[in-house]
Amino acid sequence: MGKLYDLLSRDYRFKEGLKTCINCGTCTAICPAAEFYKYDPRKILDTVQRKDEAEIEALLKSDTIWYCGECMSCVTRCPRGNAAGLVIMSLRNLSAQLGYFTCSEKGRQLWPLTKMLTGNILHTGYCVHPSTFNPDDHPESGPVSRWVIENKDEVFGRLGANYQGKGPGALRRIPQEDLDELQAIFDVTGGSERIAAVEDASRRKAAEMGMDFDEYTKYTFEHCSPGHFNNE
Amino acid sequence: MIYQGKQKIWADYQKEIPDNHWFYVRSCIRQNFFPASEKYFLTICRDMLGRDIYETEHHTTCAGIAYHCDTIPQETAMTVVARQFALMTEAGYDSLVTSCITSFGNYTEILETWREFPELEAKIREQLWKACRREFEKPKYLAHASDLMYKLRGEIAERAQYRLVSRATGEPLRVVEHIGCHYSKMFPHKGVGGAEYPCVLSGMAEAWGGQVIDYPERRHCCGYGFRQYHVKANRGYSLSNTHKKFESMEPFHPDLILTNCPGCPYFLDRWQYVIAEMEGKTYGQNGYGIPALTYEELAGLVLGVDPWDLGLQVHQVAIEPLLDKIGIDYDPARKYLGMNEKKIKTPGLPTTLKCC
Repeated sequence: MGKLYDLLSRDYRFKEGLKTCINCGTCTAICPAAEFYKYDPRKILDTVQRKDEAEIEALLKSDTIWYCGECMSCVTRCPRGNAAGLVIMSLRNLSAQLGYFTCSEKGRQLWPLTKMLTGNILHTGYCVHPSTFNPDDHPESGPVSRWVIENKDEVFGRLGANYQGKGPGALRRIPQEDLDELQAIFDVTGGSERIAAVEDASRRKAAEMGMDFDEYTKYTFEHCSPGHFNNE
Repeated sequence: MIYQGKQKIWADYQKEIPDNHWFYVRSCIRQNFFPASEKYFLTICRDMLGRDIYETEHHTTCAGIAYHCDTIPQETAMTVVARQFALMTEAGYDSLVTSCITSFGNYTEILETWREFPELEAKIREQLWKACRREFEKPKYLAHASDLMYKLRGEIAERAQYRLVSRATGEPLRVVEHIGCHYSKMFPHKGVGGAEYPCVLSGMAEAWGGQVIDYPERRHCCGYGFRQYHVKANRGYSLSNTHKKFESMEPFHPDLILTNCPGCPYFLDRWQYVIAEMEGKTYGQNGYGIPALTYEELAGLVLGVDPWDLGLQVHQVAIEPLLDKIGIDYDPARKYLGMNEKKIKTPGLPTTLKCC
């Protein structure tokens, strides 16, 4: 067994997700991502279960594994109890671990995601928080969301939230002692190490692309090259 | 005989939902975008129907969004959830109800993985102790907030001040429901009705007088897709999936969309605004959109709660045509007030999508 396949096999999601794929393509038929992107989960499972190291490495460095939306519609429909979505998660995990994610445009998006989501978790206790929701980054959120964000205290108060307040309630300020526990969990379980590894690899890639790191973060968050979509 | 056989088959799709005493954990998305829904979950269950729902300020995100955006290792996500279980245990509860489908899916996946791989559960227990000096019991019952609302739907119907019926015609309103992928697509036996016959929302809509409408893309994802929405460059994925659903439901002329998942009502609301602005197309009547409601918002309307207390002003799609259809009283002048009736600046208006 090759090194990459061996590493994948240690991931519980891989153990759960890949049993015996018969390559029927039901996962692809039901997949929302396959309808939109040049993406075929059937082929990914086929590649992985062939255990070809070179092909698995190419997959880990490709855009392909980042097209899935993790809706898990494939899980319900697989006639053999596989979960293509879980296999994708294990592939992404390994790509992040090995730094291969910086080899593809969609993979490089892992840095702005990591910065935003883990930053929110460790600083506020929430994955998403009004203090970091910038309406300019979310033009789709409409004028009503801009109104909410520009009048946070009034609107959240009107709607019964406890915005930045003490005690329980929606959007309460989560006590520092609890944020300290989250930090400790990240430190003990490899979360902090993962953040650092993704940042280090991304900084190296930014330098290679001739960008400063802020520019790289913005670029990877916003830029979409041609060639990803089925209708191109 | 045939009826009994059907009953037996249907029993496989039922879920045991205890009637009382729940430890409540909130949703990141809903706190940001639908905070009044969470408030009214507690108001309806606790104050109106007398149930014990306990919340502690010390609970946090379950980290589910970060997990499904692949930004944290599985063991980190598991240990964050183990800490929530520890808070539940310390508070003396054994039933956990979560306000979020992503969390519900996350908790379910973790419990099922631990069941299959006990050595991983043991490792997470060690890590939680090392990080937080906490221990936990696993919940005996795990529910999504809509499961509990489904269980209480009859009591809500008994107290209803309005029914989901057109005041003008006397006909039931046409309701489409959207379950949310992580409710039962991964672990069908954990949802009411499973993945094939999910009735958690349709049960509420019918109990409150509505008519549930089937349409071809009823079970299609709303398009959230985690990284496919959170990264600006990818949002075409999210929009395209929602567009597909609206094109599919349009011929059936729904009066409202009832949603389960935290993100789904946001996407089914906001992408209607985007489609209207981009293509000039609207899916409701007379240039309006189709309102996408949370189950608490719908329950609140049925119970006679003021629409602006329920937070229906923070939807981009105007709710007023639906209120008029049912005959619900509301004061347009109070829609965009701040706290204590304070007048604040009102939101801008979309160019195409009609708003009140």
